[in-house]
Amino acid sequence: MNEKLLGKENFPVFDKYKELVYLDNSATQQKPKRVIDAAVKYYNEENANPLRGLYDLSVKATEAYENARESVRRFIGAKSTKEIIFTRNATESLNLIAFSWGQANISEGDDILVAVSEHHSDLLPWQILCKQKGAKLNFLECDRTGKYTADALRKALTPKTKLFAIAQISNVFGRLNPIKEFAQIAHENGTLIVCDGAQSVPHIPVDVQELDVDFLAFSGHKMLAPMGIGVLYAKQALLEKMPPFLSGGEMIEYVTREDATYAELPHKFEAGTVNVGGAVGLAAAIDYITELGFDAIQKREDELTALAFSEMKKVPHVNIIGADDPTDHHGILTFTVDGVHPHDIAAIFDADGVDIRAGHHCAQPLHQFLEVQSTARMSLAFYNDEKDIERFIGTLGSIRRRMGYDD
Amino acid sequence: MTTDSFYGEVLADHNLHPLHRHELPCATHCCKGLNPTCGDNIELHLDIHDGVITNGSFTGLGCAISQASSDIMLELIIGKTLDEARHYTELFRKMISGEITDDELEELEEAGALQHVSKMPARVKCALLSWNTMEKLLDENK
Ligand SMILES: Cc1ncc(COP(=O)(O)O)c(C=O)c1O
Repeated sequence: MNEKLLGKENFPVFDKYKELVYLDNSATQQKPKRVIDAAVKYYNEENANPLRGLYDLSVKATEAYENARESVRRFIGAKSTKEIIFTRNATESLNLIAFSWGQANISEGDDILVAVSEHHSDLLPWQILCKQKGAKLNFLECDRTGKYTADALRKALTPKTKLFAIAQISNVFGRLNPIKEFAQIAHENGTLIVCDGAQSVPHIPVDVQELDVDFLAFSGHKMLAPMGIGVLYAKQALLEKMPPFLSGGEMIEYVTREDATYAELPHKFEAGTVNVGGAVGLAAAIDYITELGFDAIQKREDELTALAFSEMKKVPHVNIIGADDPTDHHGILTFTVDGVHPHDIAAIFDADGVDIRAGHHCAQPLHQFLEVQSTARMSLAFYNDEKDIERFIGTLGSIRRRMGYDD
Repeated sequence: MTTDSFYGEVLADHNLHPLHRHELPCATHCCKGLNPTCGDNIELHLDIHDGVITNGSFTGLGCAISQASSDIMLELIIGKTLDEARHYTELFRKMISGEITDDELEELEEAGALQHVSKMPARVKCALLSWNTMEKLLDENK
């Protein structure tokens, strides 16, 4: 554990904007200098098109890329680097599953089960797949605090359920779902489980073998890394049988006019020139997180969440969405203010130099379920501090007055 | 009313105490508008007789800017002809894109309180929602 890595001084953006209070970490995180430097170093010293070249620089680029893949493998406890596919982001990873595995395995009369709080990225691919195939899309319902139960899952699974998709941590509730237990229940039913790790992988240790998930998707940019690099983990036995997603260069073994044989895993799923700079940045981000340690990250994020939660509770007319226990929020506090539209809430925060999110957070079905049109959300990372919370609460407490209410 | 209103007192007042936010059961014309990026929606109800807007109201959900803009718009157009309503819509658009003259601004009366939206690109759609909806209604009933 290296506590020096906790602070804002490691992040150049806070040097440029000294008064910035950045509380939109679930949307994307800021980047430490170390990560930026690693990507820059790659472009300065190792850039070439990997995999194709037979010269030294290309070999360096290939090594950098494959070393990054090994870092990811270790980070999420996968058995083999063959199971680690680089994508652009979680959204692309989830689409890859729907197009490749889905096209080959879903047929008319099957059904797919999706948790109702899913991000649109973990909903639309299944919606479209079901429409194309004449399959049925079912929803697993949660309670108003975002809790899903094993009983509800057992009831929602049918003999026809081929796939169950759920986030490990919801981007609205911040609640941690019992993925290991859910994976077991799904498997007993012969159903595969897709875990959307976009909000969990940055914040808690995730081990794919321990969870026994079939697929895990996440984005680099939400965990200190550059934008444009994401990961799909899938069990090797599944990947072997899945048809390619995109086709073209780099993913083939042998091509004739009429036919082609595909490259080995994982390259079969990485058509075209890949994002080596992004992968190198992601590996540096993983090093950063590993050196800092999840113990320190979780301790800090839990402290800040608890502080923000208890201070928010003291502000009249503020309603927190989800569980009444801050340990169930994992740095995500979605809220409404009575009589004030979230768009106005965000505008006032913006005027005060506090960055938060307002809208439906790409989870419209969930907002329909909660019967709110939209909400505001503040989301923390370990590099936030007590002063950020203080500024946030200061603005929060002034909103009703500044909207013209006399209270 | 407190004095440090974020959007200014005119908007705060129209948002919190709208005169024209209610149902209008026997309106001759209705039209729905939606701002898909933020989910704001409005339903405009107008009573139109012989080319004159004799009464009007709005319902729906939205942020302070879209609500105040709707209320101010109705205040302005009730009692006016359809051509005048179109004219105000043009002026309002001009104001929001920062191209309005002082004389024209005067014509817009209280709607001038929304002038600063021209400097808030993220909120332009909110301010225009009711005006676009009215234009759609007028176009559909040409
Ligand atoms: C739970 C969840 N899933 C998926 C995504 C999509 O991530 P990306 O836009 O990086 O593909 C997000 C991002 O907000 C998310 O919060």
